[in-house]
Amino acid sequence: MKHLSLIALIAVSGAALAETPRQIGDAYAAAQGGGYRATAARGAEFFARKFNVSEKMPACSTCHTDSPAQAGRHAITGKTIKPLAPVANSERLSDPAKVEKWFTRNCKEVVGRECSAGEKADFVAFLAEVR
Amino acid sequence: MKRIALFAAAAFATLPAHADRLPIPADAPPAFAAECGGCHIAFPPSLLTADDWRRVMASLDKHYGDNAALDDRTRRAIGDFLERSAGSGRRTEGANAGNGALPRLTISNWFRRKHDEVPAAAWKDKRIGSAANCAACHSRAEMGSYGERELRMPGGYLSER
Repeated sequence: MKHLSLIALIAVSGAALAETPRQIGDAYAAAQGGGYRATAARGAEFFARKFNVSEKMPACSTCHTDSPAQAGRHAITGKTIKPLAPVANSERLSDPAKVEKWFTRNCKEVVGRECSAGEKADFVAFLAEVR
Repeated sequence: MKRIALFAAAAFATLPAHADRLPIPADAPPAFAAECGGCHIAFPPSLLTADDWRRVMASLDKHYGDNAALDDRTRRAIGDFLERSAGSGRRTEGANAGNGALPRLTISNWFRRKHDEVPAAAWKDKRIGSAANCAACHSRAEMGSYGERELRMPGGYLSER
């Protein structure tokens, strides 16, 4: 019984660490300031945009396909990339540090600069509502 | 198929035992699988020398055409692990093309010899994409296992021969 309650405790504390897409998006919107209101439509436009900064990775869709609900493929290595949308991959948008790491890396590579907190909030709003 | 069996027999005759096992050492920091395994499988450290890994880790912002920059602490933890687990000798020879290019474990003499029966069309297949995509064909690559019987080539290239 003691064993069971320990497992329950670990499960609960593990769940407490994970965040929801809403929480992660809200944190980015707050960081943007000025009462920023994220919209999924702006996030969708950003996802579809051709930045043409990187020759091998001109757009998000180069590796992630046109739909975040689909598995993608890394443009250089060929490795399969799990879907970005939480509806297809529940691990997505649950770990703020991981989300920020990939924004930092991929914005620099694909967009050619760091993304603003507002852009990240929009992107998260878009992914969260993909069905 | 007979030809493959013959090839396999020849390979086993000239290579030491356990050539198909390239396990990741148990003292790998958690960041190794998480970071290095993000865009490709976390490659076996023994396939490049310590000097090679030092060069790879010193230019992560220009990492084979991608930006793979890490924070300093993570980079040091992974770099230290790669250097202490690095290989030497036969399996690492030829990984440097010169001209200041970064080393590639996929161009070593050993890697080329192990893959010399893979037809050119397979390397160009979109489902494989690049020689760095080990798991496209080696179904247990993520577990450090590269046995011939575990091969699952997307285009069936080997069975067609």
